[in-house]
Amino acid sequence: MPLLRVNNMTHYFGGLRAVYHFNLSIEQGEIRGLIGPNGAGKTTIFNLITGIHRPTEGTVELENENLVGLQPHQIAARGLGRTFQNLLLWRHMNVREHVKMAHYSQLTYGLMGALFGTPRRHREERQVAENTMRLLEMFDVAKYADWLVANLPYGAQRRVEMARAMATNPKILFLDEPTAGMTPEELVQMIGIIRQVQKEFGVAIFLIEHRLKFVMELCQRIQTLVFGEIIAEGTPGEIQNNPKVIEAYLGKEDIT
Amino acid sequence: MEAIDLQTQPRPPIKARLSALFSKIPMLGWLAGILCTVLVEYLLGDWLSYILYLPKIPVLFGCLIMLKQPILIPSVLAYVALVYAVPIIGVGRLTAGFTNRLAARLDQWPIWISALIHLSLLYLALHYWTDISDYRLLVLKLTMIAVMLTLSINVINGYMGEFSCSHPGFMALGAYAASTITLVFFANDRLFGDALLPPALGPFFFPLALIIGGLVAAVGALVVAIPSFRTRGDYLAIISLAFMFIVKSLVENIEWLGGPRGMGSQPNWSTLPVVFVWMVLCIWVINNFVRSILGKALNAVRDNETAADAMTVNTRKTKITAFMLGAFWAGVAGGLFAHVMRFINPGTFSIQRLAEILAMVYFGGLNSVVGSIVGAVSINLISEMLRPLEIYKWIVIPLILILVMIFRPPGLIAFREFDIKKILAPKKNR
Repeated sequence: MPLLRVNNMTHYFGGLRAVYHFNLSIEQGEIRGLIGPNGAGKTTIFNLITGIHRPTEGTVELENENLVGLQPHQIAARGLGRTFQNLLLWRHMNVREHVKMAHYSQLTYGLMGALFGTPRRHREERQVAENTMRLLEMFDVAKYADWLVANLPYGAQRRVEMARAMATNPKILFLDEPTAGMTPEELVQMIGIIRQVQKEFGVAIFLIEHRLKFVMELCQRIQTLVFGEIIAEGTPGEIQNNPKVIEAYLGKEDIT
Repeated sequence: MEAIDLQTQPRPPIKARLSALFSKIPMLGWLAGILCTVLVEYLLGDWLSYILYLPKIPVLFGCLIMLKQPILIPSVLAYVALVYAVPIIGVGRLTAGFTNRLAARLDQWPIWISALIHLSLLYLALHYWTDISDYRLLVLKLTMIAVMLTLSINVINGYMGEFSCSHPGFMALGAYAASTITLVFFANDRLFGDALLPPALGPFFFPLALIIGGLVAAVGALVVAIPSFRTRGDYLAIISLAFMFIVKSLVENIEWLGGPRGMGSQPNWSTLPVVFVWMVLCIWVINNFVRSILGKALNAVRDNETAADAMTVNTRKTKITAFMLGAFWAGVAGGLFAHVMRFINPGTFSIQRLAEILAMVYFGGLNSVVGSIVGAVSINLISEMLRPLEIYKWIVIPLILILVMIFRPPGLIAFREFDIKKILAPKKNR
């Protein structure tokens, strides 16, 4: 049974057709890629699956459970973690608080615990603190733990965002251009981190990227999106040689 | 050659020397100093003011006397120095060794024991300080109520980041609800007739009346919270402003609540210990909340709602919680206020009240428990001390606010965590 299945998803923003008959099937632990020119609708597809918009047509199922119509935080709690293209961080919170916050749905102490400091709240917050430290160390940002995120170098901010997404205990991790703006060294580090995350947590990964070398190296299957429609789907080798893809998209210098 | 070097060595700056003076004194030491001050004033206050040619013991640090009779300014300063500055700082420093050791011992016990001891000492000092003058008692009670109001609006305006003008409305709902309960059940008055239960039982039911007042205000907050799901910023400000006017008009037009003539003769149950305990509860509960992950969720939704949504934070529940928690404490503060003033009417909960509350929270500091306390106490005290200036008071206070907005926009002490353990801890020697 596929972990995530999207069937014939179509979405209109008013009169503009943004996505047309998008199909997706991700298995446990798979690493999938989505490439395409800017403005093709890749981030829109992320937003549709994670619940920010409700698709005009089509179904989205996670382990056979329907996701369409649920609030984004409910979908996230069911196991869809994500990072953002433009790094949506919380200006006034430090790194530790970012990762702690993502544990929100796993807390059971409720308002009573929050207002009156019950033993259950102290116990749960201690557990969250431990898990947070583990994640920070895994993503190599432990030394920044009490820094405000705004003061971190860019690469570290991206890793904090990933650590935060992993704190939600996802079954699938959606990465929106995880290497944008990174140096070649950080790129190599990111490949290592993604592989380690997939191995240790067993998460499936669905990523949007422009750097083709990165996508070819990591992903088992890749989809190519142009003007909201999939024009090709296959293994990295198949995509590289697909004439439609070459015609519509390839021509971008990949940076080594 | 060496002599010249010694002379040219720079002396440490004033700020560093002052902080060196104060940094060794633990909270226990400051409380000891304050208790000493109260004792000095109790025993020597009358005699000191007599020999300094002061008309009576200065009630509010002498500011009223200074403004009404400027010729007495040196006398007032001498009094303040002898009765306040010298005991507090002197006793604080002299006993620093002893109080540090005591604080270290207390540190080893559970935090609530230490906190209770400190609070008891503080209450003792306040009790005897206000014994001298009814005016002091009134000002102190109103200041404590202001702390509760500022803290509760900080939850909405600071931690949640909304611009909500509805706080006088919440205060009014709490005041009227609590007053109605106490008047209907425990007092013989012109609005509601005779008491339904023995008045002697009243003080025990007062907390219940306050809580019901708070809950009424919290339910009222839904009117502002639900629109906040889809709007922010200016639009929510207008909605909350409208809410405030709706509540005001409501109480103005309901005759059995007193209408424009108001509701009076509430029983005198807002005594100093009652107000003090409720203020401490308010600080404790709100501080607990904002330090928890559920509380930090308010910040997450404020700083980036989309990210919070994607990180499993229930944004709607968070917004409702923020508004209802802020409104609850505003309602309780309103109930306490009604029983201090023993008269409320629609005019009590007007734009003027809103301006005062906003001034306190934006001056003291957003997103900060300490900031709220500091803001409430300072603006409230300044407001009282400038009373002789009458109309000019309302030029000075807004001017202060403008200066704060220019030089420190988030407020004096913004975005600061309130760590009780750290405040009560003994100070280490450098």
